[in-house]
Amino acid sequence: MSLPLPNSFRTGPDERGHFGTFGGRFVAETLMPLILDLEAAYIAAKADPSFMAEMKGYLRDYVGRPSPLYFAERLTSHLGGAKIYFKREELNHTGSHKVNNVLGQIMVARRMGKKRIIAETGAGQHGVATATLCARFGLECIVYMGAVDVARQQPNVIRMEMLGAKVVPVQSGSRTLKDAMNDALRDWVTNVENTFYCIGTIAGPHPYPAMVRDFQSIIGEETRAQMQEAEGRLPDSLFACIGGGSNAMGLFHPFLDDPSVEIFGVEAAGHGLTQLHAASIAGGRAGVLHGNRTYLLMDDDGQIQDAHSISAGLDYPGIGPEHAWLHETGRVTYLSATDDEALEAFQLLSRLEGIIPALETAHAIAKVMQLAPKRPRDHLMVVNLSGRGDKDIPQVGDILKGRQK
Amino acid sequence: MTTRIDTRFAELKQQGRSAFVTFIMAGDPDLVTSLEIIKALPQAGADIIEIGMPFTDPMADGPSIQAAGLRALKAGTTLKKTLDLVRAFRNGDAATPLVLMGYYNPIFIYGVDKFLVDAKSAGVDGLIIVDLPPEEDEELCLPAMRAGLNFIRLATPTTDDKRLPAVLANTSGFVYYVSITGITGAASADSSKVAAAVARIKRHTTLPVCVGFGIRTPDQARAIASTASGAVVGTALVDVLSGSLDAEGRATSKTVNAVADLVRSLAQGVRAAPQAAE
Repeated sequence: MSLPLPNSFRTGPDERGHFGTFGGRFVAETLMPLILDLEAAYIAAKADPSFMAEMKGYLRDYVGRPSPLYFAERLTSHLGGAKIYFKREELNHTGSHKVNNVLGQIMVARRMGKKRIIAETGAGQHGVATATLCARFGLECIVYMGAVDVARQQPNVIRMEMLGAKVVPVQSGSRTLKDAMNDALRDWVTNVENTFYCIGTIAGPHPYPAMVRDFQSIIGEETRAQMQEAEGRLPDSLFACIGGGSNAMGLFHPFLDDPSVEIFGVEAAGHGLTQLHAASIAGGRAGVLHGNRTYLLMDDDGQIQDAHSISAGLDYPGIGPEHAWLHETGRVTYLSATDDEALEAFQLLSRLEGIIPALETAHAIAKVMQLAPKRPRDHLMVVNLSGRGDKDIPQVGDILKGRQK
Repeated sequence: MTTRIDTRFAELKQQGRSAFVTFIMAGDPDLVTSLEIIKALPQAGADIIEIGMPFTDPMADGPSIQAAGLRALKAGTTLKKTLDLVRAFRNGDAATPLVLMGYYNPIFIYGVDKFLVDAKSAGVDGLIIVDLPPEEDEELCLPAMRAGLNFIRLATPTTDDKRLPAVLANTSGFVYYVSITGITGAASADSSKVAAAVARIKRHTTLPVCVGFGIRTPDQARAIASTASGAVVGTALVDVLSGSLDAEGRATSKTVNAVADLVRSLAQGVRAAPQAAE
């Protein structure tokens, strides 16, 4: 692309939260003082060895890290090209990468003395992780979830309630993730004094995109060391699905300055890019929503459009601002997979590897299925197995049954 | 540079009373009715008019104003049509200050420079953009000042003395004190707390301080107007408008009068207040 390339892709954001022209702090004044407090608290926590040591302990003993790097032998031989490895984030406690970030934020919240935690959730994976850690640390937990998602991700709703969280079905707008985030922000504005907003992805006002990325970067750091051990070198390519993009950024960030590593993010193309979809980079443009400037799906008047994806976790009309910047600089290539491609990948992975992936994760697998056969056998490909698919079993079961009729 | 807002506050000071500021969403429930409503406001006692620019995702607004925005969008309101509405109002009223209120994205997509030129020429006097804190002044606040438009900033209960100077630095026209931590239409403000907050802001600025959020009745308007330079009412007007619509959400013969009648009674509340100390 035409932008001058930075010396490093890993130094952002600047002190005002900008990744190139993206990011920033576009929030109501009521929230601004708290966001500045949060930034200060996070900077102090990062520099505090006892904070990092405590987090490391929980990551090992409670989350179950490091997650394995697994050679997917049967998928590799089925596709007949690149050697495919899975970073097994679905084996984490709570079943996805989301817990890495939630643990970090809850520990920051405790440092700040906040006793009430709110979160938005799409598929429910972030909600479950938040409910889990709130239970573990004895904190009040309120999860905002679009009413459409409450219906299609029932297993996670039940899990959150069992963990003692209050799940609030959001009836405004399109009743999916974007609206859940609106209502979480409305709650935060109202209860700003005692409440910590635990954002589930690398979006929102600065410092959230950077903070969530930092907590997720353990994915890529472990992958680097594990690949070194397994193959004695860096991987050649990385794949991850992208809604807001936290599992992707967690895997990508430690490799951004290694030019030999090709990096692919996979957005949700829904019914196809000319129809309803959730691919903000492929089908959107720069705008301002939910505290940051980034790629968004919108009409000519700047009104936000409804996204569509079969997977509730990718059903969001935006993307983290750092991804928007990595797209513009050309460092990361953004692809997209349709609902149908994701469903096919979901089934293939279940049968070949005995791993039922989350529908979100299946989008990344779908692109691996297309690109792995075109790569040589000594090409090392890593895909982030970001979540397990238990939550999707009722939904996918219904879809497949419907197709057989 | 003196704007219609500055002139209006100077006039009110002469008259010895505070301002009554009304909020209506552009295009709610349709553009024709909304022009009629806005035209009726000065006659009914509004001193300054805020016109909402509808947005799909109004993160600081409660259910009433969210619904008003969605009605307006459904009726085909765009930012361009909102500016047309301002122009149509301005043809018949050269004096009443008009402030556009909303969120940044539609302006960013319209193009900041083009928007400022078009807004100024349509007769807009000021802007209130909820999601542009002073940290983002370069986006719109500074260009708006250069274009001769007031950028009216929100101050809130969480804006402490340390932060107030930054919030006030590039504010002009007036300061809008949000009397509660919360969304529009949610709760009522405690007038003694509001008085203390207004006094605190006044220690940092000579600008008028108007107070909004949670004012619904003439008595509340009077109480606020006796401590602040102005009282802002939005949700109560939007609610009475909404209540006058038919089952399909269309305007009826009652709609314009329903809003004007409430504005009249609230304006009496404001006018009954002893003027706030300067």
